[in-house]
Amino acid sequence: MIQGISIYEILTVTTVLFFIGVYGFLTRKNLISMLISVELILNASVVNFVVINKYLYPDMLQGAVYAIFIIAVAAAETALAISIIINLYRQINSVEVKDTEVMKH
Amino acid sequence: MDISYIILIPIIPLVVFLLLGIFNQKIKPGISGYVGVFGLLASTTLSFYAAYQYFFVYGKVDGVFQTFSEKTVWMNFTDTLHIDMGILVDPISVMMLVVVSVVSLMVHMYSRGYMKGDEGYTKFFAFLSLFTFSMYGLVLATNLFQIYIFWELVGVSSYLLIGYYYTKTAAIAAAKKAFIVTRFADFGFLIGILIIGFYTGTFDFETLNNPEGSVILNWAATSFMGLSVITWALILIFIGGAGKSAMFPLHIWLPDAMEGPTPVSALIHAATMVVAGVFLVARLFPMFYFVEDGFALNIVAYVGAFSALFAAIIAITQTDIKRVLAFSTMSQLGYMMLALGVSGYEGHEGVGYMASMFHLFTHAMFKALLFLGAGSVIHAVHSNYLKDMGGLRKYMPITNITFLIAALAIAGVPPLAGFWSKDEILVAAFEHNKLIYYVGVFVAGLTAFYMFRIYFGIFWGKERTYDHKPKESPLSMTLPLIVLAFLSVTAGFIPFSEFVTADKAGFEAHLNYPLAAVATGVGLIGIVLAWIFYKNENSLSDRYAKAFGPLYKWASDKFYFDEIYMFVAKKILFKRVSEPIAKFDKKYVDGTMVGIGNKTVLTSKKIKGIQSGKVQDYAFAFIAGVVVLALVFIYLWPN
Repeated sequence: MIQGISIYEILTVTTVLFFIGVYGFLTRKNLISMLISVELILNASVVNFVVINKYLYPDMLQGAVYAIFIIAVAAAETALAISIIINLYRQINSVEVKDTEVMKH
Repeated sequence: MDISYIILIPIIPLVVFLLLGIFNQKIKPGISGYVGVFGLLASTTLSFYAAYQYFFVYGKVDGVFQTFSEKTVWMNFTDTLHIDMGILVDPISVMMLVVVSVVSLMVHMYSRGYMKGDEGYTKFFAFLSLFTFSMYGLVLATNLFQIYIFWELVGVSSYLLIGYYYTKTAAIAAAKKAFIVTRFADFGFLIGILIIGFYTGTFDFETLNNPEGSVILNWAATSFMGLSVITWALILIFIGGAGKSAMFPLHIWLPDAMEGPTPVSALIHAATMVVAGVFLVARLFPMFYFVEDGFALNIVAYVGAFSALFAAIIAITQTDIKRVLAFSTMSQLGYMMLALGVSGYEGHEGVGYMASMFHLFTHAMFKALLFLGAGSVIHAVHSNYLKDMGGLRKYMPITNITFLIAALAIAGVPPLAGFWSKDEILVAAFEHNKLIYYVGVFVAGLTAFYMFRIYFGIFWGKERTYDHKPKESPLSMTLPLIVLAFLSVTAGFIPFSEFVTADKAGFEAHLNYPLAAVATGVGLIGIVLAWIFYKNENSLSDRYAKAFGPLYKWASDKFYFDEIYMFVAKKILFKRVSEPIAKFDKKYVDGTMVGIGNKTVLTSKKIKGIQSGKVQDYAFAFIAGVVVLALVFIYLWPN
């Protein structure tokens, strides 16, 4: 608990962070940038878990445990996404999202 | 009487057919000929044994020939209505076994010589065996459906054999014509069978033909358009028979069928298959006779008499010898039909039935002989036309004499076979219907005239210049001629009336001297006229042809029946009926289906832009959806 800062301020920050991530995911042209945006979305939710746990149920730990769990999953997911992007780059020599349209065929 | 061995009679040709058909390429032609001949020889021996056993040993009980049958249920509809497969042994089926066996065996032997060196030699024998098998099956059938199955099988064999020279356009056209015309007639036959099955509840010949049975006693139960439904069914069945037996107006296929090899014409289109129609009427004779006082039988009589006259007139004008024989066959089949038509049932009343079967028997012998003789001549001079023949008696003595015997037999000169059977037919006609009798006598004269016209044309007359000097055919061809000539002389002495009669009891037949004298006299007049006209080349025949003018032209073009059929088929059926229907089908039925397909493609083309393949578009759609759902849940969802 941080003195002088209520749960509303922190939730506002995470919401802003979340929508920055969504905006970035929709508008970035580079796959890596999109991946970073996804990480932003995930981090926003992780912060939410921790904050809500701390402010609403101070004597419980589930929120913090879930935060660590999500971080682990996010790391694995990022590794997977990066490997996909690298393989894609080998195929089409580009990490631009518009070039990945060829995959629909 | 043990009849189980009779089943072997049709089985043997079937086995031969399968053997020759499957190993078509591997069997040497010499061997396949022997396989065919010996297979049939076995069948013939069995047929004669069966005939002996039936007619002389076991068949007659208390003065009446019994009917034996053995069958298994093949398809079951109800307790009474089922289709059986089996064999039926009664006087006419045994008689037909003998006829088919003898003619088929002779034709097999003859074909070994006639078809020598032909490419499809083995195939030819395979088809002949198939035909023989089907014909045996037809005569032994126990019920209407079984006879129908074999009926179609002989049709197929006939189609295959007419179209045997399949590189010849005319042969293919003739084969198709024969098949389509007979198929068209068989459509009537099938409907007749179905009507019988529906209204009587049985297909079985023994049940149907029982004069005291419920079918014949209750014929009046249901009527349709003023006639009993059973009469309608019999008329429809007769249409089927008329198609096979080339009765007017379904005769158009028979002359064209002469495109097939000559032995085939002898076997199928003279002696056996074409009599299937006569056989069918004879098979159902009690029904024809008793139902509606023989209304259907009268139709048979008049159609037969008209066909006999009609065909005999055309036969006078034809120049292709095989076509003359074809029209002669049609005329003689008409004779058999009219004899059935004027026949009664019991005792001496049934003389017409007996005469018809008798004529079928003798006609098979001498007409097969005529065809085989004609084949021998064609083999020697390589032409079907009278104009290429003449004076052949010096080169082909055996063919000459056997042909003369057959011609005398068909002309009704005593004591040859044709005289006896024709006399019985005329007696039957005289007793029942004077008009038909006069037609019969006139046709007898015409028959003698046209037969001796071609006889003199071939063997006498002016000698032509031949490319190759014609020589007598080999023994394999002349031996059947001699055997058949012997039968043509002697077959008439069989006391047929004791064996094959409508009520199966037999009666004493006597020669009716005045009628026999008239018939013979008319026949002799025909022969003498032919002698005057054609013995030596002279202009008499041309002068008379000119005198008849358009009438002659009309007859020589077969009364334009082919043209009429073509007109009806092409100008009316195809143009007025089929074409609009085809148009409707293409435009509306097909159009609907095509339209549905096209619309689907168009719609999918329009909406396929959604599947852009851009990840961010999908993500945007997803997020927009989530936002909309969230707004709905927050503001609109009733708490």
